[in-house]
Parts: sequence; structure tokens; C-alpha cells
Amino acid sequence: MKKPKIIKNLKLLEELIAKLLMYVALFVVVAFAMSIVVTIISRGWPAMTWEMVSQVPGSSFLLGGDGGILNAIVGSLYIVGASTLLGLAISIPIVFYMNVYLKKTSKFGYIARLSYDVLFGIPPIVFGAFGFMIMVYFGMRASLLGGIIVITLLIIPVFIRSIDEVARNFPREILDVAYSLGATKLQTLHVVLRQILPGVATATLLAIGRAIGDAAAVMLTAGYTSAIPTSLSQPAATLPLAVFYQAMSPIEEVRQGAYAAAFVLTLIVLALSIGGRLIMRYFSKDKIH
Amino acid sequence: MKKVFKMFRPDHKFARGDGNSYIKIENLNVSIANNHILKNVNIDIPDNKITCIIGPSGCGKTTLLKTLNLLIYAIDGVDISGKIDVNGTNIIGRDFDIEVHRRMMGLVWQKPVPLPMSIFENVAYGCRVNGTFHPRKLKMIVEHYLTAVGLWDEVKDRLRAPATSLSVGQQQRLCLARSLAVEPSFILADEATSALDPMSSKTIEELFVRLKENYSIVMVTHTLSQAQRIADNVIFMYMGQVIEAGSAEQIFKNPQHELTQNYISGAFS
Ligand SMILES: Nc1ncnc2c1ncn2[C@@H]1O[C@H](COP(=O)(O)OP(=O)(O)OP(=O)(O)O)[C@@H](O)[C@H]1O
Ligand SMILES: [Mg+2]
Repeated sequence: MKKPKIIKNLKLLEELIAKLLMYVALFVVVAFAMSIVVTIISRGWPAMTWEMVSQVPGSSFLLGGDGGILNAIVGSLYIVGASTLLGLAISIPIVFYMNVYLKKTSKFGYIARLSYDVLFGIPPIVFGAFGFMIMVYFGMRASLLGGIIVITLLIIPVFIRSIDEVARNFPREILDVAYSLGATKLQTLHVVLRQILPGVATATLLAIGRAIGDAAAVMLTAGYTSAIPTSLSQPAATLPLAVFYQAMSPIEEVRQGAYAAAFVLTLIVLALSIGGRLIMRYFSKDKIH
Repeated sequence: MKKVFKMFRPDHKFARGDGNSYIKIENLNVSIANNHILKNVNIDIPDNKITCIIGPSGCGKTTLLKTLNLLIYAIDGVDISGKIDVNGTNIIGRDFDIEVHRRMMGLVWQKPVPLPMSIFENVAYGCRVNGTFHPRKLKMIVEHYLTAVGLWDEVKDRLRAPATSLSVGQQQRLCLARSLAVEPSFILADEATSALDPMSSKTIEELFVRLKENYSIVMVTHTLSQAQRIADNVIFMYMGQVIEAGSAEQIFKNPQHELTQNYISGAFS
């Protein structure tokens, strides 16, 4: 009679400890995330001035002079916007081809998916170095175009991996319906897109997150400048680098500016993910479950 | 304008039905991944009749329908031999316009499969795919065929709502309207009523009876009473072979083959 009770108590204890550990883990992660947000807001907000977001840096900006980070805001938006559109335009046909044209057992499809997985895991600095090498080979200087191309390459694996995930669960009967109504394989694109659009939206959010936060690849390929680029061949500043350069400054006031830049970066990411979520909800309405 | 209108609303009679659509299947063999599924099938499907295919589960009924509209080619490792003569064209092993052929075969599945679009777009999809884009024309087509399947009054105020917001029975009628909208000559229905409640399935049955005036209908069913109610011709299949074919009266009242007798008397299911 005694033994079962002990076992029962042991099981309760086990459950209790497991629960406790999970709570602790959850708390640590949430606390960590909150502390980042709180730090950025509490230190970034006081440093936020209208000048910060409406002016390009003056000649002695990093030494405490006049100016703001408009160059980096615009540069980041240019690069992220263009590479997201390019990335979508390249990834969607690839995913469509892999899922509609290739057979499930296709070796080519298998190798392609493996390659995208490998690319997904390669750190941005390697993309940057690789892009830089190619640019040097062609005699290109650090430029907006270079940044856009490298960031596009950087986020294509993100797009393909996450859209493919959704596309592989695409109900085959829907394709059969489209075929039976006389659609060619290419014409089924419309139907496939309608079904996987929510997945495309999620993928876009992930890709934008990776694109906008990257410092390593753009440092090598887009460079940094105080001016707002007016053509693709000019270098472009980006927000992560604006944070980096200001944070490295020995002057306290300039270091404050780093928080302001981080604040702007966070706001943009936040706005994009909330906007993305709303768009996603709108597009999911016709989806077949 | 008036002319177009007339073309698509001939008093809810259907545009099709010239009385000479037919399918003639000769020595059809289908195997998937070396698995011989249809064996030496010979079938005649006349116009303006409902041909019911009955037989136990796994005997190849769905495979036969998929072969008829060539969806079978979407499956890996299929091997087909024999002849399927559709209105004078052999559709097996010849290079011809597969999309045009598929459009001629309106398919209705066991479970309604709406496309991930609105009610309106579901019916319009086939027309768009086949090159009809004119909004007013599309609207007329959609109204005409939704009326034909008795769905128009139920959905006319929410044509832009997702197709999935309809009940299953309504979805099935929507799918039928969608198939009819590309003006097929044949309707292939695979257990089209088995997912429906008795009322909805009665609606579909009555529709088929009405539609046979203008179409040639092939219907797979597990419900013998349904076949008795609406079939003109019955084909009994067993293990990939056609065991017996004939008029409904003959098959149900006076089956020749022992297997048919057993099946009809409910000896195996
Ligand atoms: N894609 C496929 N690959 C391999 N075998 C298949 C495939 N599709 C069907 N079969 C086989 O073909 C045979 C006939 O299948 P089919 O679906 O045509 O039967 P059915 O008569 O429609 O049955 P049910 O009444 O249960 O729907 C079955 O033995 C099935 O396992
Ligand atoms: Mg079946």
C-alpha cells in the first residue's frame, strides 16, 4: 500500500519540476525580449528628435555634430523594398515549378530543396563577402544595386523555404479541379497563389526581418554614405550600420543616437509585421482548409 | 447585347446536347506502377442517358472516370492501352488538345472541392481559363448556371463570399455549376451525392435527371437504390473488369452473371 503512494508523489514532483522549468524558460525569454524593447524605448525615445529622422548627417555627425539618420532610413527602405519585390518575383515561380511541374519523387526537386536549405543556413557575412568578390571582379564599387542584389540572394532561401512548406501541403484535388476545367499547368498558378497567399505573406515578413536587420552583407556591398542615393550605382547607408557606427562612438551624445536609430529600426519592423498580419488575414478568407 | 443574353439564357435549357455525343471504350487497360487496375474494359456511353457504374470498393470506378477525362496522366507511373473514342476522336496515345478534351468532361467529385475563391469566381474560373473575360458575359454565365443548379436564389446576395462559406450540399451544387459553365458534353460524377444529406442528394439526383436531356451522364454510385431511381444504363464492375452492362431494367430485374446477382442482392458490399 505504501509503495504506490510514493510513486504517485514522485510523479507529482516530476510534473511540478518540469512545469517549473518551463515557466522559468518562458519567463527568461519574455524578460529578455521585454528588456530589449524597454531599453530601446527608454533610451531611444529621449534621443529621438525630428532632426534625427528628417535630416541626413552633417559633416561631423559622428563627432556630435548636426544632422540625423534619414540617409540610413531611406537606404534601408530602398534596399529592403527592392529586394523583397525581386525575391518574391524569383521565389514564387521557383516554388510553383517545384510543386506543380516536378513530380513528388523528382531528384532535381530534392537537390534543389537541399540547396535552398544549405543557402538558408549560410551567414549573411558570407553572402556579403561573396557578393563583394564578384563586384570587385566586375569592377563595381559598393552601391545600392550591389546591396539590393546581395540582400535579394540572402532572402531568396527564406522565401523559398517557407513558401514551399505551404505549397507542399497544397490539396492536390484543387489542381485536379483546375485541370478538369481545362486549365493548363501554367494557368493553375492563379489557383495555387490564392491558396498559398497567407503563406507568402508570412514568408515576406520573415524575409523582411532578415533583410532589414542585416549589417554584414550590406556593409561589404552597399557601403555607407551620408547622402541619400539618387541612383543605383551610388553607395547607400542602412539602419543597422547607422546603429553600429554611432554605438562605436566615444562621445556619449552620439551613442544616444544609436538608440534612436535602433528605435526607428524596431518601429519599422513592428509596423511591417502588424501591417503584414492584417494583409494576411484579408488574404486567408478564401483559403480552403 | 440582346443576342448574347439569349445565348446564355435559353429559358434555362442548356446550350449543349446535340444528341450525338458518345464515348466508346475498347479494350482499355490501365495500370499504375505495374498494378493492373482496369482490365480489358469495353463500354458504350450514349448521349442523353444516365449511365451508372456500380461495383464494390476498389474495383476501378474512379480510375475509369479519371481515365475518361485524362486526369490519370497527372499520376506517376501510369500505363494506358486501348482505345477511347469520344465523338470520333481517340483520346488515348495521341497528341491532341488535352485541355479542350478535359473541358468537354465535366467532373463532379465525391466531396465538393471548391476553389479557394469567391462563389462567383468559382463558376467564372473555367470561363476565364478558356478565354472569356468580359465581365458582363461572365456575370450572365454565372447567373445562368447557378440558376440551373438551383443555387442562384440562395447565393445571389453574397456572390463575393468565399465558396467555403456554403454548406456542403450547396458547395456540391456550386461545383456542378462550375463544371457546367465550361459547357461540357459529358458529366462524370463520382459518388457525387455520398457526402450529402438526403435532401441535398435528392436535389442533385433531380438535377441529373433534368440534365440528361442535354448531356451524356456517367455516374458512379454506391447506392443501388439511387441507380435504380435514375439510371438508364448500368455497368457492373468487379476487380477492374466489366462484368455486365445493359439497361437498368435488365441489370436490376434480370442480371445474367452470378457476381452481378450477388452484388445486387447485397451479398457483398
Ligand atoms: N494513384 C494510385 N496508385 C496506385 N494504385 C491506385 C491509385 N489509385 C487507385 N489505385 C488502385 O486502383 C484500384 C481501383 O481504385 P479506384 O479508386 O478506381 O476504386 P473505386 O472503384 O473508385 O473504389 P471506391 O468505390 O472505394 O471509390 C484500387 O485497388 C486502388 O488501390
Ligand atoms: Mg472511387
